[in-house]
Amino acid sequence: MADYEVPKLNGEGYIDIPKIKPDAMAGKGPFVAKPDFQKALNFPTDFAADPEGGYELVPDWKERALAKMDDLRHRYRSLQLYLDICVKCGACTDKCHYYLGTQDPKNMPVARQDLMRKVYRRYFTFAGKHFPKLVGAVDLTEAVIDDWYNYYHQCSQCRRCSVYCPYGIDTAEVSMAAREILDHIGRGSKYNNEIIGKVFKVGNNLGLPQPALADTLEGLEEDVEADTGIKVRFPLDEEGAEVLLVTPSADFFAEPHVDGLMGYAKVFHEAGISWTLSSYASEGANFGMFIGSYENMRRIALRIREAAIKLKVKRIVFGECGHAWRVAYSFLNTLAGPFDFLDPKYPVPQHILEVTWGLIQEGKLVIDKSQNDDKVLTFHDSCNVARGSRMGDKPGGQFEYPRNVIKAVCNHFVDMPADTIHDATYCCGGGGGLLTDDLMELRVKGAQPRMEALKYVTEQQGVTHMAAICAICKSQFTKVIPYYGFKMDQIVSVHQLVSKALVLQRPVSVQARPDEDDDDDEDDNDDA
Amino acid sequence: MTFVSILYGLLFWVATLVLVVGVGRRIYFYTQISVPLKIPTTPAPVTQSGVVWRMFREVVFFQSLFRANKYIWLFAFIFHMALWLVLLRHTRYFMEIGAFLGFLQPFGKYASFAMVFGLAGLLARRILVDRVRYISAPSDFLMLALLIGIGLSGMMMTFVAHTDITMVKGFFRGLMTFDFHPLPASPILLVHLLLVAILMLVFPISKLLHAPGVFFSPTRNQVDNPREKRHVSSWALELEKKNQIYRDEVKNG
Repeated sequence: MADYEVPKLNGEGYIDIPKIKPDAMAGKGPFVAKPDFQKALNFPTDFAADPEGGYELVPDWKERALAKMDDLRHRYRSLQLYLDICVKCGACTDKCHYYLGTQDPKNMPVARQDLMRKVYRRYFTFAGKHFPKLVGAVDLTEAVIDDWYNYYHQCSQCRRCSVYCPYGIDTAEVSMAAREILDHIGRGSKYNNEIIGKVFKVGNNLGLPQPALADTLEGLEEDVEADTGIKVRFPLDEEGAEVLLVTPSADFFAEPHVDGLMGYAKVFHEAGISWTLSSYASEGANFGMFIGSYENMRRIALRIREAAIKLKVKRIVFGECGHAWRVAYSFLNTLAGPFDFLDPKYPVPQHILEVTWGLIQEGKLVIDKSQNDDKVLTFHDSCNVARGSRMGDKPGGQFEYPRNVIKAVCNHFVDMPADTIHDATYCCGGGGGLLTDDLMELRVKGAQPRMEALKYVTEQQGVTHMAAICAICKSQFTKVIPYYGFKMDQIVSVHQLVSKALVLQRPVSVQARPDEDDDDDEDDNDDA
Repeated sequence: MTFVSILYGLLFWVATLVLVVGVGRRIYFYTQISVPLKIPTTPAPVTQSGVVWRMFREVVFFQSLFRANKYIWLFAFIFHMALWLVLLRHTRYFMEIGAFLGFLQPFGKYASFAMVFGLAGLLARRILVDRVRYISAPSDFLMLALLIGIGLSGMMMTFVAHTDITMVKGFFRGLMTFDFHPLPASPILLVHLLLVAILMLVFPISKLLHAPGVFFSPTRNQVDNPREKRHVSSWALELEKKNQIYRDEVKNG
C-alpha cells in the first residue's frame, strides 16, 4: 500500500513526543507549477523546464527572492515581528502534527520558521550581517530554496503552534510569506496554483462549468425526492433569493460532502428560506490564502461580492469548509467589503451551522434523533475554524455550534481527548494546500495524532463515526483513515447527520417552480 | 578619578543610548508596518478591554506557555519574576530608598537565587532536550550565559565579597547628571557592570526584542470582530481605490 512505514497507533489517545530524526522528510516537495499556471495568478513566468524534468529558477532569483522578502516584511507586521522575536524556548517543538508524525526536526514550528529566519538575519540584521555563525544566519543558496519549497509545503498553516507560543508566533504567517516568495521565483506549487487558475476561469476549484453544475444539482433534487417524496430545491443562479450559499465545490459530488449539501438544502427548505448557489462564485474554498497571496485571495473573494450583487440576495451563508470559513469570517469583509447592500439583521457572512443552530433553537425544525441511533459520534474541530474564526457572538462559539447541532440530531456523542479538540485540535494532515497525491506520505503521517485520538475513543467509548465541517478534512480523512484500519464511511458531514434526522414538514418548496407538476416538460426546458 | 571609572561611565552612557534609541526605533518600526488581515488566534476577545486582559495574562502569567510546556513555564516564569524583583531592588542605585523600596530589598536580594535557578533550568533544557538543542544557535547559549554571569557576579557582591555600594550609587547618580564619580575598585563589580552593559547593547538587535515585541503580536492583540468592523490596511485600500487586483498594476500605472 505504501513504500514508507505507516505509523503504528499506541491506543493511548496521544503520541509520545518522538526523538528527532533529521532529514526524515527531505525531498523535492510537491510538483512545481509550470509558467502557464503562474501566469494566471500574475506571478513571474520567466523560467523554463530543466533537463531533469523539473523547473529552473527565474534569472536573478536570489535578488528577487530577497526583494520580495523585504517587501513582505514591510507590509506584514506579523512576518517582521515573528522573524525578530522568537527566543527559541522550544514550547512549539512538539505541537506540530507533521513533526509528531514524521520526526523530521524541520517540521518543528520554530525550525520551519528558522528556514526563513536564518536568511532574514543574514541579509537584514546587524548580527547576521557581521556575525552569521554566532546567530545561525545562512546565505540564500539554491539548496536553501529547495529546503524552503520542501518544508514550507509540509506546513498546513493550522496555527496550532501559535496557540502555544508565548508571543503568539504563527508559523502559518511565515509559511504563507515563504510561498509568496517562492511563487515569485518560479517555485509555485502546481496543486494550488492550477486550482486557483480554475476558479478564475470557471468559478470553482474543480473547473465545473455552469451546465455541469446545473445537471449535478438537478440530480441531487431527484435523489432527495426519491428518498423523501418531497421536491427540495437546489437552486442555481436564481435572482432574488434571500440567501447566497457559498460552499466548497467538493460538496457537489464528493462523499461524504454531498450528503452535507443535501442537509443544507433541507434546512433551507424546511425554514422556508429561499436560497441559491452561484455558478460564478461556486467555490467556498479560497486557495489564495494557502499561497499567502493577498491579491489572489482577494480576487477570488471579490467573485462572491459580485455574485451577491448580481443575484440581489440579502444574506451570504457559507457551507462546511474550514479554511473557507476562516477567509469568510475573518477576511471577507476586509477583502470584498463593505457589505452594506445586504440585510444588516444578519452577520456577513454566516456559517450554515449558525443558520441551522438558530433554527433548531427557535424550534423550527422537526428532528427525529433516533435516525442516527446507529452511530456513536465524535467531532473533529477543523483547524481553521477552531483557531482562525468564530461562530455566534461569544468566543469559542466555533466549538459549541457544531457540537450543539450534532447533539440536537444524534443521541450518542462523545469528545476525543482534551488536548486534541477545541483550539488544541490537530489538523487532519491535508490542510493548507497539501491535499495532493504527490504528498501522500506526509498526509498519512500527519494524520497520526488525530488517528491516535480517534482510536482511543473508538476503543474506549465505542465511537463509530467522526463528523467534520471541512471539505479538506473530509477528503483527507476518507483517503488516509484506511491506512490506520478505519473505514472510509466512518467520516461524516455534520449536515449529513442533520439531513438524516430532519423530518420534512413542508410539502412544497418556497422556491417551487411554476411548472412543478409536469416533470418531463420541466426537464426538457432546463436542458434547452 | 580612575581611567576605568571614566571608561565605564562612557560605556553606560552609550549602552543606555543604544538601548533606549534602539528599542524605541524598533517599536516605531513595528507600529509603522501594516497588519493587512485579522489574524487573532481564536478563541479571542471580542472587545478591546478583553484584549487588554488577554495580553495581561500573557505577559504576567505566560498563559500560552503554561499550556504548552510546564517545565519551560516554570523556569521562564521564575526567571522573569525574579528578574523584576532584582531590577526593582536595583533602582536604589538611581533614587532614594523609600518605604516601598526598603521593603523590597530582602525580596530582591534572595530573588537572585531564583533568577539563576530559572536560567539554569532553561540552559539545561537547551542542552539536554534534543529538540531544543536542534533549534539553538551559539547566541542562544551565550544569552543565557550572559544572564547567568550577571546573576552570579551580582550574588557574589551581595553574599560573598561586598563592594562599596554607596560609591556605586554615587557613580550612577552622577551619570544621571552628567557628573563623573569614581567606581569602587572591585573586579567583580566591573565584571557585573560590563555584562550588564553588553546586555543593554545587544537588546535592540537580538531576540530580547520579545519583551516589547509581544505587545505588537497581531495574533494576541487583535479584537475578534471582523464581521462587525471592517479592517483594511493602507496598501490594500490603495488597490481598492484604484480598482486594481495586483499591486504591480498600481505601481505601473
